[in-house]
Amino acid sequence: MRITCPICGERDRREFYYQGAAVALDRPEADAEPEAWVDYVHVRDNPCGMTRDLWYHEHCGSWVVVTRNTATHEVIETALASDIKEQGA
Amino acid sequence: MVELIAKTPFDGALPLEVGTVSASEVDTGVLTSVAPYKGKNKALSEALKGAHGMAAPAPNRATGKEGSRAIWFGREMVLLCGPEPDAKLGKHAALTDQSDAWAVARLEGENAAQVLARLTPIDLRPGVFKRGHTARTELQHMMASITRIGERSYQIMVFRAFAQTLAHDLKIAMQGVAARQPR
Repeated sequence: MRITCPICGERDRREFYYQGAAVALDRPEADAEPEAWVDYVHVRDNPCGMTRDLWYHEHCGSWVVVTRNTATHEVIETALASDIKEQGA
Repeated sequence: MVELIAKTPFDGALPLEVGTVSASEVDTGVLTSVAPYKGKNKALSEALKGAHGMAAPAPNRATGKEGSRAIWFGREMVLLCGPEPDAKLGKHAALTDQSDAWAVARLEGENAAQVLARLTPIDLRPGVFKRGHTARTELQHMMASITRIGERSYQIMVFRAFAQTLAHDLKIAMQGVAARQPR
């Protein structure tokens, strides 16, 4: 599996560290309902198909949001987490 | 007073020469990580140009020449190799002395790329990884910075504590490549 770091280009999977589902980008407000926080902290989907997760490119220090297909292992899209956060998407 | 003797990072493990490839230790002089403050990339590049004669490198690139280089060293970070950093740079970036933290080697020779290809997953083909290109990547299990500094020469940097491992890994790879050359 190869992942395209938006800064370094296509690199081997070994260079990346897997963090988990990209929920960290949608942190609930501090006064959100407890259910929202339970979802945020504990509840994860385990999809067969499209998923979005966070990978850390250890060598350049970028957090990368990887959209990939768990069934085919196809990597569909990668983007810098900082860009996504700044756009408020 | 105890007499302290400074040792170089490779401490005799280099130079090595196997077949057409040689590995040697490089004394790069002062190493300084230069991390621009937010929004100061352009100002830093200009200050770097004024003080040291080279612009800040774009990602995956290195600028300057032997003895005075600026190597892209990760997100929002440049490694200045050689000169003592000009005080003006401190206005635009955080400067940290790294001189004793890295072991720097040069790998050169006809088959240098083949030797490196045994150790790192990056694409080293001459059309892709050209002179002046650099990569933060891994070399065996070590975090490394690899810069192509010439037609057949590369500069490899790893943490100083890994110097002996780097020398060992290079030696094995050099022997492997040499063994496959027709005699």
